[in-house]
Amino acid sequence: MAAAEPIIKMAKIEKSFPGVKALQQVDFELAAGEIHGLMGENGAGKSTLIKVLTGVYKADSGQIFLDGRPIRIKSPEHAQKIGISTVYQEVNLCPNLSVAENIFIGREPIKNGRIDWKKIKNEAETVLDKFDLKIDVDRKLSFYSVAVQQMVAIARALIISAKVIILDEPTASLDTDETNKLFEVMRQLKSEGIAIIYITHFLNNVYEITDRITILRNGELIDTCLTESLPRIELISKMIGKDLEQIKEMENYSKNIGENNKVLLKAEGLASKGNIEAFDLELKEGEVLGLAGLLGAGRTEMVELLFGLNKADQGRIIIDGKEVKLNSPKDAVDYKIALCPENRKEAGLIGNLSVRENIILALQVTRGWFRKLSQARQLEIAQKYIDLINIKTPDTEQLVKNLSGGNQQKVVLARWLAINPDLLILDEPTKGIDIGTKADIQKLVLELASGEGMSVVFISSEIEEVTRISQRVVVLCDRAKIAELTGSEINQKEIMYRIAGGEA
Amino acid sequence: MINKILSTKNLSLKITITLFVVSFLICSLIYPGFFSWQNFFNLFIDNSFLLITAIGMTFVILTGGIDLSVGSVIAFVSMVIAFLLQQGLNAFIVIPLGVMIGGCFGAIMGLIIQKFKVQPFIVTLAGMFLIRGLSFLISVESISIKDPIFNRIANYHIPIAGGAISVNVVLSLVVLALGMYLAHFTKFGRTVYAIGGDEESAQLMGLKVGRTKVLVYTLNGLCSGLAGVAFSLYMLSGYGLHAEGLEMDSIASVVIGGTLLTGGSGFVFGTLFGVLIQGLIQTVIMFQGTLSSWWTKIFVGILLFVFIVLQKVISNMKTTKNEFNN
Ligand SMILES: Nc1ncnc2c1ncn2[C@@H]1O[C@H](COP(=O)(O)OP(=O)(O)OP(=O)(O)O)[C@@H](O)[C@H]1O
Ligand SMILES: [Mg+2]
Repeated sequence: MAAAEPIIKMAKIEKSFPGVKALQQVDFELAAGEIHGLMGENGAGKSTLIKVLTGVYKADSGQIFLDGRPIRIKSPEHAQKIGISTVYQEVNLCPNLSVAENIFIGREPIKNGRIDWKKIKNEAETVLDKFDLKIDVDRKLSFYSVAVQQMVAIARALIISAKVIILDEPTASLDTDETNKLFEVMRQLKSEGIAIIYITHFLNNVYEITDRITILRNGELIDTCLTESLPRIELISKMIGKDLEQIKEMENYSKNIGENNKVLLKAEGLASKGNIEAFDLELKEGEVLGLAGLLGAGRTEMVELLFGLNKADQGRIIIDGKEVKLNSPKDAVDYKIALCPENRKEAGLIGNLSVRENIILALQVTRGWFRKLSQARQLEIAQKYIDLINIKTPDTEQLVKNLSGGNQQKVVLARWLAINPDLLILDEPTKGIDIGTKADIQKLVLELASGEGMSVVFISSEIEEVTRISQRVVVLCDRAKIAELTGSEINQKEIMYRIAGGEA
Repeated sequence: MINKILSTKNLSLKITITLFVVSFLICSLIYPGFFSWQNFFNLFIDNSFLLITAIGMTFVILTGGIDLSVGSVIAFVSMVIAFLLQQGLNAFIVIPLGVMIGGCFGAIMGLIIQKFKVQPFIVTLAGMFLIRGLSFLISVESISIKDPIFNRIANYHIPIAGGAISVNVVLSLVVLALGMYLAHFTKFGRTVYAIGGDEESAQLMGLKVGRTKVLVYTLNGLCSGLAGVAFSLYMLSGYGLHAEGLEMDSIASVVIGGTLLTGGSGFVFGTLFGVLIQGLIQTVIMFQGTLSSWWTKIFVGILLFVFIVLQKVISNMKTTKNEFNN
């Protein structure tokens, strides 16, 4: 593989941010026609390495070679010009422009001195067709879900005739089908001699698609290996720097909750036209309820009703035996319900505020702004959650936008944990989170449930994760609840079977 | 067809246009003699300088920026033109010079905004004071323009549909057409929208964000320079107190025309109607006869409120739920 001259070579790259050494003496090589996985925990420096390579950040020292010649990449624009096309970790597109335009902007076809809108539309449809994505490309990007936006970002990267394509966690919000489509396209590009850097936290994906893997830990290069000669266990231990005892230990976690635990929340015939069909739901104290289903199956719509983000047009909600109306999130929070949403950019995570301020935000709101938490108390709370879920930050005052993607996700989680809810709804809480921390979060959820009697609704696209922590699983399909599984029914096969539309 | 008209796409633009047409018709019914081509043309004649500068402003606001200096630039340009013509310089040299002055001034402000990452509000506020002050260095008095060529251009009338329009109107319509072309059919224009949508993303998408922003302020400078020329043609004088507060009229036109102050959404064509509606209000108050001209401000103020709330409502309508959400 590494026989020929690499397309890209990065040598002894150093990059520091105030208080953080994000990259230390990192070497990296990328050969033509290979898919190269970049692995590491949250905050290991993966995105930073990509940003140095594509001119978003300037390295403190070190050199980059393109086709053997040293090159100084000045800006993302420059990177594109020399054939490096990137999908950054957060979807970075313009929400106000149409899907088609987002794919083509910057290299619009020009005819007779004007942008050829017709051609843009047609070609956009053709590219998205590769992913079986049949959407109205004239609609604004903001109209579509994160998953669709992600595909659009990928499509944009692919239509540039690039030599190198970089995908920073492109599959975080994609479902299995969409991921497979992406892999098909990646394989085809690879056969055309294009080199691809692929960052992900999904081990299965890495083993399925990559030829080589480079592992970073705490900003240092740990190793670069051929994928086929790197056992999973070894990869994981290289990434987290310790063995897997911790993860294994969790498997034995007791999932028994008392049959006669009190019912906390009950939904009867709840429905919202066009969003979710009528469903019943019962949640006991100290129970973890998993919601499984494909993207678009109605999982998010279901919990939005429970959190007052959307109004039900029929049915009722009963909390602690009393019927309640949840007309807004504020109502829900008053009943000690918290929802940690899927998309952290939309989740109200405020990049320009510090980690501390973001964590205490929801708590402060529930107290009202006139009863301000004291500085000392704020610090205490922030520190508690930083330790509890292992948020990687130099201190409580770091701005959230400077955290790595996964760590931002943890801050959202911390914010909602801080209000100490009775019912915690987690919508894809482990998206973009490395396996070590993922295990930590799963463990934490179980502890909160069995230890403190908190009820948890857990949405995840990873079925394995759902089966691991739920006492009960509700399966959704086409915006309707189609099954409720308990006990031994909770296994991957059964859930997949139900999702695929099978009857019991 | 009906569906297309009623769809939320471009809704605020449609509302602006409808509002203009309906009010024009209503006024025609109420005031005898209101409905005539000439009266319609007068809206353009009396507001051509506003239209020119508002088109530049549309681009600035589309990027999410603002430019408070345009009124001052117009005053300064009118002053320079009047002064140089008084000194006997040829009008055909003075006119392009006036436009260039605006362009240079815009470019400098754009560079400062971009290079030092300063708020456009602050930079252009400083520019507003500075350049109006500079006009008084030339003269504290009003200078009237007596140059024969300049006067010929100013008084030249182009007959059309039983009435006549001035050179300014043609000028402003050409700028309008150019503006529409730039905004919707060039890479520059699309980058402007992208910047207004999400500047950081635009940067990461490899768009020329810095260059485009500087160009946008330069373009707006050129427009206000040209508006200065149009204003001089309209007033036939240069004066440091000319066009006071015009930046606000210009911003109001853009907003009433359906462009979001937060950037990224709007139409150059809408700005035309923003200008026309303001012109219409002025005309109505003139026809009405008893109201003082301050009522123009009151009406424009009310309209602005209504439109800003309306835009909010429309954008909320759009974000409620869609079939592809999970
Ligand atoms: N702009 C910045 N300012 C300050 N610190 C930063 C900045 N960008 C990244 N960091 C820090 O650099 C380290 C590496 O971050 P990076 O985003 O590269 O991690 P990552 O490997 O991509 O993690 P993840 O899997 O969570 O995306 C982190 O500790 C992060 O907090
Ligand atoms: Mg990252």
